[in-house]
Amino acid sequence: MATPTITKTDKLVGKRIRRREDPRFITGTATYVDDIQMPGMQHACIVRSPYAAARIKGINTKPALETPGVMAVFTGVDVKDVGPVPCGASLPGLRVPHHYILAQDRVYFVGHPVAVVVASDRYIARDAADRVEVDWDPLPAVADPEKALEPGAPAVHPEWPDNTAFTFHQDGGDVAKAFAEADVVVKQRITSQRLIPTAMETRGVVADWRSGDKALTIYSSTQVPHLMRTLVAQMLGHPENRVRVSTPAVGGGFGSKLNVYAEEALMGFIAMKIDKPVKWIESRRENFLCTIHGRGHVDYLELAAKKDGTILGLKLKLIQDLGAYHQLLTPAIPTLSVLMMPGVYKFANISADVIGVFTNCVPTDAYRGAGRPEATHAIERMVDILALELNMDPTEIRLKNFVGPDEFPYATATGLSYDSGDYAKPLHKALEIVDYKKLLASQQEARSQGRLMGIGISTYGEICAMGPSPATPAGGWESATVQIDPSGKVTIMTGISIHGQGEETTFAQIAADELGVDIDDILVLHGDTAIVQYGIGTFGSRGTAIGGTALYFALQELKTKIKKFGAMLLKSDDISFANGECVDNKTGKTVSFAKIAGASYRALKLPPDTDPGLVATHFWEPPNFTFPFGAHIVITEIDRETGAVEIKRYVAVDDCGKIINPLIVDGQVHGGVAQGLGQALYEHGVYDETGQLVSGELMDYAIPKASMMPWIESSHTETPSPVNPLGVKGVGEAGTIGCSPAVVNSVVNALKPFGVRHIDMPLTSEKIWKIIHEGAQA
Amino acid sequence: MKRKISLIINGKPRTDEVEPRLLLIHYLREIVGHTGPHIGCETSICGACTVTVNGNAIKSCTMFAVQAEGKQIVTIEGLAANGNLHPMQEAFWNEHGLQCGFCTPGMIIACRQLLERNPNPTDEEIRHGLEGNLCRCTGYQHIVNAVKAAARATSIGSAA
Repeated sequence: MATPTITKTDKLVGKRIRRREDPRFITGTATYVDDIQMPGMQHACIVRSPYAAARIKGINTKPALETPGVMAVFTGVDVKDVGPVPCGASLPGLRVPHHYILAQDRVYFVGHPVAVVVASDRYIARDAADRVEVDWDPLPAVADPEKALEPGAPAVHPEWPDNTAFTFHQDGGDVAKAFAEADVVVKQRITSQRLIPTAMETRGVVADWRSGDKALTIYSSTQVPHLMRTLVAQMLGHPENRVRVSTPAVGGGFGSKLNVYAEEALMGFIAMKIDKPVKWIESRRENFLCTIHGRGHVDYLELAAKKDGTILGLKLKLIQDLGAYHQLLTPAIPTLSVLMMPGVYKFANISADVIGVFTNCVPTDAYRGAGRPEATHAIERMVDILALELNMDPTEIRLKNFVGPDEFPYATATGLSYDSGDYAKPLHKALEIVDYKKLLASQQEARSQGRLMGIGISTYGEICAMGPSPATPAGGWESATVQIDPSGKVTIMTGISIHGQGEETTFAQIAADELGVDIDDILVLHGDTAIVQYGIGTFGSRGTAIGGTALYFALQELKTKIKKFGAMLLKSDDISFANGECVDNKTGKTVSFAKIAGASYRALKLPPDTDPGLVATHFWEPPNFTFPFGAHIVITEIDRETGAVEIKRYVAVDDCGKIINPLIVDGQVHGGVAQGLGQALYEHGVYDETGQLVSGELMDYAIPKASMMPWIESSHTETPSPVNPLGVKGVGEAGTIGCSPAVVNSVVNALKPFGVRHIDMPLTSEKIWKIIHEGAQA
Repeated sequence: MKRKISLIINGKPRTDEVEPRLLLIHYLREIVGHTGPHIGCETSICGACTVTVNGNAIKSCTMFAVQAEGKQIVTIEGLAANGNLHPMQEAFWNEHGLQCGFCTPGMIIACRQLLERNPNPTDEEIRHGLEGNLCRCTGYQHIVNAVKAAARATSIGSAA
């Protein structure tokens, strides 16, 4: 879709325009962390544990240090005074192991960093890392969270032999009464397997120390530069105003870079010690072993209902595989799952027990959807299982239980207030697109021919715009500064940290509309704490809903000021501002935006009670989350001979509130669906019983390739959010959340002739083949 | 023991002394200064490092710089000519064929090769042809659209 011609009076919000940030990426001139070179820069290579659990009896660094080109080797003893890798989430009674940036006398997962070699060249650093001799005493390990809870299981942390980091209970309504009144109760164990986020750019850090200024700059591939500045400054005990964090281009995050890792503080520590810049670039192997994983749920679910399909209540026991440590948000992810367990349904009774379990694995944390895909998968599977039990159509049971369009704001059983919605609307639209009646008939025909055709539906609701500050660990507001230069050019500094989501374009669209200036006169800056006022960052589908709203309010403040200058210059008290100029409503005389900007800085004369310049900063605290929703329908056919699942059609109808740029929204949906489909069919982070990561490379961990993806028929309904003046909700994670249950529901539906009720992801050909040929039940 | 290599990169001849074990991707990025090709895996799976060597798209993370002796290399930096984007670059831009942009330089080189070999590919041929290049952001749909758009633009261009 080519870019339409834009004139100044065209409204840009809602237009399908191509991205303004793209030229640097398509020409190969964007700067990522590994592209940074500095005079005298050293290279770090980290020595990591090959064992999931072991005591370190000793480390001999001498052979490494004697390697020509090696400048230094550091081990745990050198960094024991550096503060721990931080966990921002808190829960009552949470057990928090001290997470040193290099292991002290014991390691807890494969990949645990134990030493770091610093050399003049990355090849030399890598060679010398192999010459660090660690005397290991391997210990028994446990990698499966349910096994970790068994009596006598190896203790991940010896001080807590039950491997339980926390338990968490949440009640809503009266679940005992609901179950007592139920005609039917369906029960199912449903897992959401460990996933490996696999951003195409691994993590990387460059640290630059200027001793004369006592100034440390950390260049890091992160989603949260300001939080990193605060936390790394704390870890290193260095004044925060002398730490700068800069994110160059970031090659994908998906939650895996919503964190502060050991390496950021470690590189800062090294740069300060050696008084030279140092670079560490994570290898893909390290990325699989040491960057957070996602999901890792085992859910035991019970759903109670009346004979007519009315859902009464839900019981949940959630076992969360935490890994060996808490990263930034680790313990908070399963509690977010609990909040979203009711989905789009109006049952008022819920009882949830969460057990957070330590395992000898890399920590789990936020990965695309972060708790919501797990919840949506569980509830959408349970609703289908209930429909099967009651012999009801999956659409009928959903329509019966939806929160109605006139019931918003809707208070959920888990204490949330859903902002707006019309859940039947996208479902009806999706049913119309697939021609559901005809589809059911063709399924009958397929079955009569012995073909295994499946129809799967998910109607998801999710929670975006993370979030009101009281509900978040680090503040949930966002900030924006709009600066108009004396020449009338506009620079936006946003506190979000953009890494593919396209806000350099969508924010420019918003500002162009509000100020009436040419979009080419607007620049959006982000991701550098030396340039941008404090911000929170990009995650939880919050960028536009919160960051865009902060921008909107900063623009309103500026418009008020512009009108004051306009009134002064036009010598009128009846002024309007539109299309980039102030107009005297009485005389029709105008003064241009650029002229007003110039006058505001020249300041020969100022309007009453008005300071020079045209700069406004706004910090916006959202009053609530936003709650997007949608319906995905997946049509599958299974090859009896191989068990392979073919997706015949994928229909996604998403409602993310008001759409600012449909091209970008489609891209977000496609990418989200790809990651949901990866979980449904292909991906699994597998640890063996000794804690070795078996799927530890791209060779063994199957992220979707182009040939593995179906064509996605994406469309939308638009239900504005009342939470913010833009009416936007968020779309970054919706595709992922809506996808996996629709795919699994479809495959289970295809296998109905075999009496299948549930299959755990990923739905590999082997798993399906065994069901068809050996009658195996997952 | 360094060895001398002479080669042509994006049309410009160049001679350097390199370690025999230096990977072509590190040579291009750190000695030549072409940081467009990226390193996503170092095991020739992801394709972020894709460049062409004598006209064939290859993964420069699993080739030594010394193996490029006498060869013609084209990186993403060599596609635009006289300030004009290559039709594939233009198509990626118009069709939103990228999000984080990390796979893009390799992806564009691979797509360009795909059209050289098959000027009017079907969707299935495009998807199969891109199996050596991973993207985690786009779900590939807009990349497929970009290849089709570039195919149209190129056929119009060559017909004119």
